[in-house]
Amino acid sequence: MNLDFSQIVPYIPFMIEGIWVTLGFVFVSILVGLILGIILALFKITKSKFLKGIANVYTSIFRGTPLILQLMIIYFAIPQLTGYDIEPFVSAILAFGLNSAAYVSEIIRAGIMAVDRGQIEAAEALGVSYRPMMQNIILPQAVKNILPALMNEFITLTKESAIVSTIGYLDLMRRAQIVGADIYRNFEPLLFVGAIYWVMVFILTKLGQAAERRLRQSD
Amino acid sequence: MIKAMNITKDFGANTVLKDISTIIKQGQVVAIIGPSGSGKSTFLRCLNLLEEPTSGNIFINDKKITDKKVDKLAIRRNIGMVFQHFHLFPHMTVLENVAYAPQKVKKLSKAEAESTAKKLLDKVGLTDKVAAYPNRLSGGQKQRVAIARALAMEPEIMLFDEPTSALDPEMVKEVLDVMKDLVDTGMTMVIVTHEMNFAKEVADRVLFLADGMLVEEGNPQEFFEHPKTERAQDFLAKVL
Repeated sequence: MNLDFSQIVPYIPFMIEGIWVTLGFVFVSILVGLILGIILALFKITKSKFLKGIANVYTSIFRGTPLILQLMIIYFAIPQLTGYDIEPFVSAILAFGLNSAAYVSEIIRAGIMAVDRGQIEAAEALGVSYRPMMQNIILPQAVKNILPALMNEFITLTKESAIVSTIGYLDLMRRAQIVGADIYRNFEPLLFVGAIYWVMVFILTKLGQAAERRLRQSD
Repeated sequence: MIKAMNITKDFGANTVLKDISTIIKQGQVVAIIGPSGSGKSTFLRCLNLLEEPTSGNIFINDKKITDKKVDKLAIRRNIGMVFQHFHLFPHMTVLENVAYAPQKVKKLSKAEAESTAKKLLDKVGLTDKVAAYPNRLSGGQKQRVAIARALAMEPEIMLFDEPTSALDPEMVKEVLDVMKDLVDTGMTMVIVTHEMNFAKEVADRVLFLADGMLVEEGNPQEFFEHPKTERAQDFLAKVL
């Protein structure tokens, strides 16, 4: 056992900076995933077979292949095709956003489907049309089913974000690797960023629980 | 007036309604009874198009509602429905439940809709529950809110789909009492029920369904005292 944390001290500001890099692209990816996921979920619950088909094929592809493969295709393979390089940041957002959208759309679709069918019938029997029925009756109830699973998706995304280190994006993970190579010690920097990941996920979990509690108050 | 002509309903290979025809006059109270799985609820749900008949036609006040081009929502606005399992909106208060549709559908102002809702809730004896959420209510209270919610649209016809079947026995009466008050107002009512005494007491006419067919119909005294068909005799022997 020769652990020596004093050696990573000069590198701490360098690694801390990685928090903002990671958080920045995770946040944008979540946003992209959420917006695209909502659109795909709406496609999935329409009666149009065409839109449903598009959304289902999309989901099937992005859930059926490894995230790291999607990232590599966007960063390494697409430039070969188009002749334009894609920035690591943009590649990361595209890969994570597009991938997350597939999961988010399933979460939202399932959340809407889980609302008791009787609610739709009650609204229909009162003569309420589709839009207000969705807005005022179905979606407010679906949110309660959706939120916990959505929070889980955000947590997964935060942790899996470490994969972008493979395309040389200077996130937390990549910085730990660089420090490790610099001082020939890997345990200390890895442990250090590991703790940071844990704290980030811990905070996200707490935020999720608080949101759930607030929703439950209306019951 | 409701006129059902040769209504047939298939679910896949399963035929649940076979050639049912009947006329329900304005102001009439009709009880639909029969064993479970006989198609009672399906028939009722055809009347406000929650189910679409596979064949046959339904006319309401001489308007053919089974026409493909008909605006279903406009038809339903005129027909209130009360469900076995209430289907109140759980995220709205009792008052909001009752005042919601008049605001959204009839475009009443919030104040107007709520004042009507309060009057209706008063009528069903729930003045003190206006601010409560449905999960704080007993089954009987929930069903009374559901009745008030349907009445808030001022329908001409009210459909009841086994309104007391999901209730604890001691709560059945409070719901039936509200329904009796409604009968006294001259409302056209179609009630699917297992409450034979209630049917006998309030109905002008009884429809007896079995195996998807309208086996027998008549006035309640006649039907309950002297059922003509063997199927009805059998059924009554079991439930009375």
